[in-house]
Amino acid sequence: MSIFLQTILTIWHRELIRYVRDRTRILTTFIQPLMFLAIFGVGLQSAFATQNSGFDFVQFMFPGIIAMNVMGVAFFSTVSTVWDREFGFLKEILVAPVPRSAIALGKTLGATSIASIQALILLALAPFLHLKIFFFQLPALLGVMLLLAFAISGLGLLISSRMRTTESFGLLMQVLVFPMFFLSGAFFPLTSVPSWMSVLAHINPLTYGVDGMRQILLRPTLDAAVLSRIELYTLSTDVLFLVGFSVGMVSLAVWAFDKKS
Amino acid sequence: MSMIEVKNLSKRFGDLEAVKGIFFEVAQGEIFGFLGPNGAGKSTSISMLATILSPTSGDAFVNGQSVLHNRNGVRASIGLVFQDPSLDDRLTAMENLRFHAQLYGVPKSEFKKRAQEVLELVDLSDRAQDLIRTFSGGMKRRLEIARGLIHYPRVLFLDEPTIGLDPQTRSHLWEYILRLKREKGMTIFMTTHYMNEAEYCDRIAIIDQGTIVALDTPAALKKRLGGDVVRMQSLNKEALVAELKRRYGTEVHVDGESVLIEVENGESFLPKLFQDLQTTIRSIELRKPTLDDVFLALTGRAIRAEEASSKDQFRQHARMRGLR
Ligand SMILES: Nc1ncnc2c1ncn2[C@@H]1O[C@H](COP(=O)(O)OP(=O)(O)OP(=O)(O)O)[C@@H](O)[C@H]1O
Ligand SMILES: [Mg+2]
Repeated sequence: MSIFLQTILTIWHRELIRYVRDRTRILTTFIQPLMFLAIFGVGLQSAFATQNSGFDFVQFMFPGIIAMNVMGVAFFSTVSTVWDREFGFLKEILVAPVPRSAIALGKTLGATSIASIQALILLALAPFLHLKIFFFQLPALLGVMLLLAFAISGLGLLISSRMRTTESFGLLMQVLVFPMFFLSGAFFPLTSVPSWMSVLAHINPLTYGVDGMRQILLRPTLDAAVLSRIELYTLSTDVLFLVGFSVGMVSLAVWAFDKKS
Repeated sequence: MSMIEVKNLSKRFGDLEAVKGIFFEVAQGEIFGFLGPNGAGKSTSISMLATILSPTSGDAFVNGQSVLHNRNGVRASIGLVFQDPSLDDRLTAMENLRFHAQLYGVPKSEFKKRAQEVLELVDLSDRAQDLIRTFSGGMKRRLEIARGLIHYPRVLFLDEPTIGLDPQTRSHLWEYILRLKREKGMTIFMTTHYMNEAEYCDRIAIIDQGTIVALDTPAALKKRLGGDVVRMQSLNKEALVAELKRRYGTEVHVDGESVLIEVENGESFLPKLFQDLQTTIRSIELRKPTLDDVFLALTGRAIRAEEASSKDQFRQHARMRGLR
């Protein structure tokens, strides 16, 4: 095997071992989406019960919650490189005679895998929400999940290459992660929001992930007419944006990692 | 052949010039030591040689490869034990070793054998499957040393390798380092601020405030201070001074109640002195110059042992907490 592939595999493997061992982390990342679903989903459901929107609010939120979870896990899995820096392990990695780009790719792919595994587990909730899921939907779903995870991992790694300490994690949460969560269309349709919000939402990669997953997940359950009222783009536009964003982010992250030798 | 060649290497951090244009060479199979107080620039120098920091100016060659122009060539030739902890404490000892071996291209078929070999060496074979979080500070240190060796590097960099180790492990480790040099012809570059450890080195560079103030074998460095010192006490100080002057024609110093003379070779001088001496003496002490004395003579300051040891304690403490 070439050094390049071996390096990617080695780094990827470590990320997965660390993930599997960290029970608390696994548990927290499941609790958050469930809480969102239970509190917002059910709460908003009853608040809007009078208007007949033609869809169930919990069902509406479910794809968005999964996309959010993918983003959260992917982001923090790569931003955690800052921890490696703080605890010295990054030095051990950076002094190895391997291409930096392979290290960066290994990290990104590790985060992508972890985020996708979590999302697949969350999908198992679908039947409890009376959502129909068919096997033929899975490849498309997985595709969007992987793309979203890959794009966000790239973003996380890029940010981590500029960060020196973990102290700014809180700030990152406030100014980047929460706005991205809330302006992604996961909690409310973006079809009739003010234009400033619409602009922000449209540069947010999570928006495209949410939109794509929603279309795939809700199509068998919802009326086509109802679905067309809440979708933003066609699925292919969503995918195209995510591909573009991933390529951009991951290249930048690899470059930033490479340069910092 | 020179395994390490350093040419006018310097490093500046903002206003601080941590390393100020140093030159030296290390031969293949040599144990070379960097001795100096805290903040002297030892770790900064190692980091530049190991391609972790890029020099502000100058160049260095490790195994013939430039640290400026062929980083991967240098990286493939070296093993490195950092001053600060660098294990992944969520992995087991074996997983840490495997991660390292894979990045350094150790063949899969070889890995098991080598892992066993290095683990045995640092006496951790029975802990191979345990998570690093459950290790003590000294055990982590030993594993880092094992990891630095598993890919059979041509040059081994050890940045204060014995920090946090108990005396027994310390001497065990030294035995092994000397064996590596003997059997594998490995070149070893280490830093320390322990004088007694510097004695193991073939040559030592004494570094202070980013400059090499002396570079020689431990014996030659000590010789620069002149010979051994014999310190005597007598009830009749004046008679003793007079007799020593008359008999040996040397300079005699008086330090409080003590009378001191300097001789070439203390061990062979003492029996002779006992035979010759007419004046009665109460006590006698032979003192051989130490590297402490050398450092003091060269820089006008002692390497402050208490400061070093409190920093060690802090580091060891940090290691033991695992800092995670
Ligand atoms: N990244 C950095 N940024 C700024 N200054 C630094 C940096 N690294 C080291 N220094 C400074 O460079 C000088 C040399 O530090 P270095 O770590 O090389 O010392 P050392 O000889 O290894 O000391 P010790 O025995 O404490 O390990 C110190 O004054 C230190 O403060
Ligand atoms: Mg140091």
